[in-house]
Amino acid sequence: MSTPEPGSRAAVPPACTAGDARLSRAAPPVNRDSQFFWHAAGERRLVFQRCDACAELRHPPSPSCPRCTSLSWSTVDSPGRGRVFSFTIHHHPPVPGFDLPYIVALIEMDEGLKIVSNLVAIRVDEVAIGQHVEIDFVPASDGSLLPVFRPVHDLPASPPW
Amino acid sequence: MSATTAAIVGIGATAFSQDSGRSELHLSVEAILAAVTDAGLAVHDIDGLVSFDMDTSTSGEVARSLGLPTVRFFPTTSYGGGGTCSTVQLAAIALGSGDAEVVVCYRGLNERSGTRFGLPAPLPSGSGATAAVVARSWGATFGLVSPADTWAMLARRYMHEYGACSADFGRVTVAAREFAATNPRARFHGRPITLEEHQASRWIVEPLHLLDCCMESDGAVAVALTRLERARDLRQPPVVVAAAASGFAQGQLGMAGFYRDELSGLPELQEIGKRLWQRAGAGPGDMDLAILYDHFTPSVLFQLEALGFCARGEAPAFVDDGNLGLAGTLPVNPHGGQLGEAYIHGFNGVAEAVRQLRGSAVNQVQGASRAVVTSGTGLPTSGMILEIAG
Repeated sequence: MSTPEPGSRAAVPPACTAGDARLSRAAPPVNRDSQFFWHAAGERRLVFQRCDACAELRHPPSPSCPRCTSLSWSTVDSPGRGRVFSFTIHHHPPVPGFDLPYIVALIEMDEGLKIVSNLVAIRVDEVAIGQHVEIDFVPASDGSLLPVFRPVHDLPASPPW
Repeated sequence: MSATTAAIVGIGATAFSQDSGRSELHLSVEAILAAVTDAGLAVHDIDGLVSFDMDTSTSGEVARSLGLPTVRFFPTTSYGGGGTCSTVQLAAIALGSGDAEVVVCYRGLNERSGTRFGLPAPLPSGSGATAAVVARSWGATFGLVSPADTWAMLARRYMHEYGACSADFGRVTVAAREFAATNPRARFHGRPITLEEHQASRWIVEPLHLLDCCMESDGAVAVALTRLERARDLRQPPVVVAAAASGFAQGQLGMAGFYRDELSGLPELQEIGKRLWQRAGAGPGDMDLAILYDHFTPSVLFQLEALGFCARGEAPAFVDDGNLGLAGTLPVNPHGGQLGEAYIHGFNGVAEAVRQLRGSAVNQVQGASRAVVTSGTGLPTSGMILEIAG
């Protein structure tokens, strides 16, 4: 194996498949505003809040609707498809439960919301903005499930976007 | 400007290092004493203290250490480096209302030898978390844990939208290190870098290299303010707070407000900029220099655009044309910034703006009379315009 130039993309080992996800990933902190999200994730469902008054979807959760201030809301199941809006490849520092380097992505869901998550089952040098992705789940240390995304290979990235 | 306008009359700092060997409280007290001496005030004149809510040196411990007889104004600002100019804004408000006579703003931290922001602690797990912890969890659960992570996310989208590349970020560091090279106070004194060195530096969080990140540092900086009428009788030429403003924008979420429509701008700083220009009766073209908060290189590009020094997407070309240097249209961070001098949560930049307007800086912008200063970006933030008193 040739020695890659420091700082070059070639220096990044291929990594991050769903199978690598470790049981040591920390479970999320939860409170009364966010528990619905993690409860649904435990059932392998991605859900978002929808305002009962104006039907606006929102994420991350909040007790009132930022659009109309209604305190009344329900959850709606997401089909779990979206595209990569931006992403990072984290090399340093080491983070407990993550193999380095790992991908953090900001996904724009088809229904228009954005969510921060991880990409799995993809090489770090294959990620691109516009990449189509779909929901998957990986376990955390306490057995709860974390929503992550995997590439959808039958849909090409469609720049400009 | 009126007689009750607030003016910075003293600046003080410790040495900047990777291991101060003293407590954070010691650092802050040292910087405050230096600022008071610089101003020609007595320590007992201080009746207002302003710092960050994350500063471990509370106003109470500072006041007790200095034996202050009366402290009448002692608020703190939130959101870390976003509050740098907010501290001066608060001081100016208290001076204008008569709630205080001499206010010192300070920030002291052992950010390299103590708690490093680049090595974040894990979030607590379990139920009953606070709103602030849950807000962070929407990123941290997925490994978005450091300030570099959050700025890398913004930077990647900016590159996508405007065709910018890593070298565009690198030129910001090269300019900062060129200034730091001739600044004896700077941690990178005598150590300029080339763009090639930037490109070869290791990844921290792609697309950010090591040399896109500021230098974690130990140190403290303090500035002393009083009203202009009193300032005119003190030792130093008064530097007036012509305007100061703080702000959030809609949908902001800590340092990871990624859920808004766009990612490649700083709407909160755009709003602050409009208020600053209006209040100071000046525009971007009237600034002789800028102190732009440079925790990460892309932030400087975003700020040049948000404040209107160039159009959206044009900051890379603005930097490449050499505008940030002493011969450019807008010298930026002539002390070397946080990339070159030290990371003191932006307070060392406030001190540099004052030196520039006094005409006593090492890399002096000739005839500088007006400067814009910003605070930590990517989160609720603040800014100000400083002027030499006429």
